[in-house]
Amino acid sequence: MIEFFSTNGIALLIAVPLLSAFLTPLFEKINRFLRNLYIIFSVIVTVTIGFFVSYTIFVSGTLVYTLGATEPGLTMPSGLRVPVRIVLVADAFSAFMILSSSIIFFVSTIYSFGSIRKGFGKYFSLFFIMAASVFGILCTGDLFNLFVFIEILSISSTGLIAFRKEKPLSLISAYNYLIVSAVASLMILFGIGILYGQYGMLNIAAVSRAIKFSFVDVFAMVLLIAGLAMKCGSVPMHFWVPDAYGRAPSAVTAFLVVSSQASLYALFRVSFMLFAGFSLIQLVALAIITFGLLSMFIGVTMALVQKDIKRLMAYHAVSQTGYMLLGVGVGLFSINTTFYSHGLLAMEGGIFHIINHALYKGLLFLTAGAIIYATKERDLNKIGGIARKMPFTTIFFIIGAAAIAGLPPTNGFASKFLIYESVFVFNPLLSIIAVIVSMLTLISFVKIFCSAFLGPEREELKNIKEVPKPMLVAMSLLALCIISFGLFPDSVLKAIIEPAAKALLSQGAYLEAVF
Amino acid sequence: MHAENEKNSKIIEFAALGLMVPIITFGIYVIAHGHLTPGGGFQGGAIMATAFALLFVSLGKKAIESIKGEVLVALECIALIGFIGIAFLGMGNTFFFNFLANSGVLFGEKVPFGPNSGIFSSAGVIPLMNFFVGLEVCCGLTLIFFLIFKGAD
Repeated sequence: MIEFFSTNGIALLIAVPLLSAFLTPLFEKINRFLRNLYIIFSVIVTVTIGFFVSYTIFVSGTLVYTLGATEPGLTMPSGLRVPVRIVLVADAFSAFMILSSSIIFFVSTIYSFGSIRKGFGKYFSLFFIMAASVFGILCTGDLFNLFVFIEILSISSTGLIAFRKEKPLSLISAYNYLIVSAVASLMILFGIGILYGQYGMLNIAAVSRAIKFSFVDVFAMVLLIAGLAMKCGSVPMHFWVPDAYGRAPSAVTAFLVVSSQASLYALFRVSFMLFAGFSLIQLVALAIITFGLLSMFIGVTMALVQKDIKRLMAYHAVSQTGYMLLGVGVGLFSINTTFYSHGLLAMEGGIFHIINHALYKGLLFLTAGAIIYATKERDLNKIGGIARKMPFTTIFFIIGAAAIAGLPPTNGFASKFLIYESVFVFNPLLSIIAVIVSMLTLISFVKIFCSAFLGPEREELKNIKEVPKPMLVAMSLLALCIISFGLFPDSVLKAIIEPAAKALLSQGAYLEAVF
Repeated sequence: MHAENEKNSKIIEFAALGLMVPIITFGIYVIAHGHLTPGGGFQGGAIMATAFALLFVSLGKKAIESIKGEVLVALECIALIGFIGIAFLGMGNTFFFNFLANSGVLFGEKVPFGPNSGIFSSAGVIPLMNFFVGLEVCCGLTLIFFLIFKGAD
């Protein structure tokens, strides 16, 4: 049984949520109780498989799965020179991302049981499709498959952003998101098409072995990187983020953070696995670092002037994405240079920041959702003094805000400190900008805390109550993760971050695993 | 679009109903020969959906009222579950394994080496998957037409 799950795990990780997405509407026709039971069951199964798969990869190395072959490991039947079948590949970096996505998937499901009141079946159908596509992006070893999963992700997210369709602003946000993702997907498809036209292969490992970096390949690289940066919400193309994050239901927003990180994963995967041998790769790395710095600074300064609580947090999401791009960009720059060890450290910081960001940003969006749920108000000028009525939400908000500002007992401190330290060796100016951005982040969260939680009780908010239990449980799970990651950063770094960073840097091992 | 007093002519209604038979037959043909000729599930499903679009255009309210959206949704779900279910059935080897090919049972006739002379009963699970994709696409597109026409009324 365990044997079966460790070999077929990656396929099941995509297949189970996909099957559940279409079974949920049928169960809804029978009975509501049965539907809820089935949703809980299938989420638990998916998350367990996710944890198990990432555990297996951390223990025994890269997993390879060939769809439709007689054996999972048979990527190339005899007589073939390149893998023609769709191959799923999951190395330690994928395992790390699967772990972080599984945690957020589980938590946002629990939260949804408290916060979503109507259209529950439809909501979960879309949510399961979104989960399947996120896991698909993380596991696939095939360029066209990557495009397909990105497209599925865009469409299901659009449905979920427009979920509260009685509000016109959510429809507009969903439309914005749809247009931006369609443009990004087309750019990605065009890039993949160019590579396919050149080499006649779609397998990432096979293309990586054959690639010659002609002028057309560089064109494809620019298209791929620009398209994926657009999907992950880095600065020149960040305009969809505040709309989409701000208007989606809060549980979906928490998962949207993970889904943009899946695009970030694809960006890193493509730049490290396909184009690492490119002679001008340092130019690419500098472009990624510039994206990162711009995102950090513009994101946080835009956030300072916002009044809508979720929009404010969405701009902070843009700014935090900058930290990841900065850390990993410095790592990409340092391949084959003298400060390789510092580059590795910067990459560890950037990668650690991915899971930390998913955790605390998820928590902050969930608390924002709780505030909106209780007060029915999202304007910070109209909320005040709710700490008296909602003590638990207040505590969770403080934990999340401390983590995003990088204060010591939380996980944000650990990863941000790694980034400051290692980037300082690369260029002190970058570190200084990162510290200033962190301070501005703290300022803007103090602003939310003072205006929304503290202060005198408001007349119109006299009758608010603490949010339902499922929402509190979801938030407490994330808060627990944040504190424990902050208290034991060393063991987390050793157990999951270091293998992930090394896997991303070792292109040879990835190619070797596939064929 | 279809006002209360507006009446469609009997000729149009009768011709549309008559045309539905060859259109759907052609759609089924494209789906069934998906593994041998250009076409397949998606294309055949789209052709079948045009028959329903024709029905909505020519019969108007009558056709809209006789069809329920929930039935289409349920059929769509069943088709997708069928597709993934077949993929799951190959799980003995791998996900999406073609366990019927060359087995001699359903669509499992052995194909001689060399150019395929067009043996219909070949390709294993591919025709079955084509059928489910066709059903899904037909229901999905019909649902879209249905919602558009319903909204217009």
